[in-house]
Amino acid sequence: MSFEVQSSSPLTLERTAPMDSSQQAYQARLRRRKTWEGLVFSLFWGAVAITALGLFIILFFMVANGWQAITLTFLTEAPREAMTQGGILPCIVGTVCLALGAMAFAFPIGIASAVYLSEYARPGKTLRLIRLGINNLAGVPSVVFGLFGLALFVTYFRFGVSILSGALTLGAMSLPVIIGTTEEALKAVPNTYREASLGLGATKWQTIYRVVLPAALPGILTGGILGIGRAAGETAPIMFTAAVFFTPSLPSSLFDKVMALPYHIYVLATAGTEIEATRPLQYGTALVLITLVLGLNLMAILYRSRLRKKSR
Amino acid sequence: MNKNIKVSTKNLDFYYGSSQALYDVSLTFPSNRVTALIGPSGCGKSTFLRCFNRMNDLIPGSRMTGEILFDGQNINQPSVDVVTLRSRIGMVFQKPNPFPKTIFENVAYGLRVNGIRDRESIQERVEESLKWAALWEEVKDRLHTSALGLSGGQQQRLCIARALAVKPEILLMDEPASALDPIATQKIEELIHELKKDLTILIVTHNMQQAGRVSDFTAFFYMGKLVESNETQKIFTRPRLKQTEDYITGRFG
Repeated sequence: MSFEVQSSSPLTLERTAPMDSSQQAYQARLRRRKTWEGLVFSLFWGAVAITALGLFIILFFMVANGWQAITLTFLTEAPREAMTQGGILPCIVGTVCLALGAMAFAFPIGIASAVYLSEYARPGKTLRLIRLGINNLAGVPSVVFGLFGLALFVTYFRFGVSILSGALTLGAMSLPVIIGTTEEALKAVPNTYREASLGLGATKWQTIYRVVLPAALPGILTGGILGIGRAAGETAPIMFTAAVFFTPSLPSSLFDKVMALPYHIYVLATAGTEIEATRPLQYGTALVLITLVLGLNLMAILYRSRLRKKSR
Repeated sequence: MNKNIKVSTKNLDFYYGSSQALYDVSLTFPSNRVTALIGPSGCGKSTFLRCFNRMNDLIPGSRMTGEILFDGQNINQPSVDVVTLRSRIGMVFQKPNPFPKTIFENVAYGLRVNGIRDRESIQERVEESLKWAALWEEVKDRLHTSALGLSGGQQQRLCIARALAVKPEILLMDEPASALDPIATQKIEELIHELKKDLTILIVTHNMQQAGRVSDFTAFFYMGKLVESNETQKIFTRPRLKQTEDYITGRFG
């Protein structure tokens, strides 16, 4: 598909005052300009099509191969027979625990840091340096975070391979995203709100707590949840810090090891004894993971629109 | 100290970084009177207005020298508690800026941040303030709906009510009607007339007729300097300086 080139429109307005030489030259140039426009937009459209198609193919592939694996047993039972039978309940629970734990850790610290950076800190060299550090942190590969978590939480703090270590690692990984989106959201709050509040004799903290944060909350939450959702799908950070090959029981404390969806996919696809036989289970697990992340994002979007409506 | 002078400035200079915005401004504001600050855009009148509640403190690199005497006390010194100062000197901004909260919560905001907890006294003060700002009749049935649903004129009167709720002694108004239609503007002007019974009002305006209608005194600023100030009637009928006359009659500015 390409965009309609408009030079074929039935009504051609003749310029009564020629721009330079002749009427024909103008018309010829006009046609060229419009052809060029059509070409450029077709290219852009193509780029969008490739993106959308890629996404669609991945999703389609996942659903087509995985939907048969999704049964009640699959969702509510633990794996059996060297993971060729049974379900993935421990993985679902594990991933949910890790995501919630990461949120509980990263939200308060991330939001507090962002508030300090954008509302209190004096602009200057130090602030620029800190920002640079945070931005760089966002580009650090996830496996490095995994090693960091292993060294700090698992070994140094002696949390062991546990939900706690994994959640802290995932949280640390999402911190730059959370700080970034929170700062954006705070910046989007009109300054007139701050002035109005301060002008009434509110302190800076009262202004932030009562006016700025509530106004920025929808943006903060959405950004934060998207960041956590992204982290929850990662394998590398939890590989050394939280996830195990197999555990038949659901976690009962923060210090338990867990199974997790991304790691389970990795295990089934590379390390199992029956890699081919468990293909449907692999796709099924991937489908569940995607649905979970999608659900998390959907929740964020719904929550945001509810908050927005409330403040209207 | 003259009891009729609520606030005055002495040799006030103001700088944004290295550029000076106000030059040696000395001016007095009588109690319970409306003083209009007029002058072309960029003449420093808004900057001047924002000196009184130290709102300019928020601008990095700004600096103010000279004295501002508020009931005889110099408020241009670091030891002054700006939080208390701002609860005594209220401000209404150019664009209506209600918080994205309910009408009630907007007016109650100043009370709450100042530590008033008692529900009944908050309710009373909210009603009183809305009546004071001539908005009560229009909103009494929708107090708990969002303030953003009000019209521009109503929003501005809500902002006035919000400022009045903390019982300021001075009200600073920065072109309060410039974003409003003529009818809403008229309501604001009538309101100003009522309010001066209780407060001292400083108003920045671009509208000469408005300055003429609402103010008792007028000060004309140009390029950061106070050019002329006098009773409004005198300024408008017999200005001392040609420059003032030219501005007021619309020959420049």
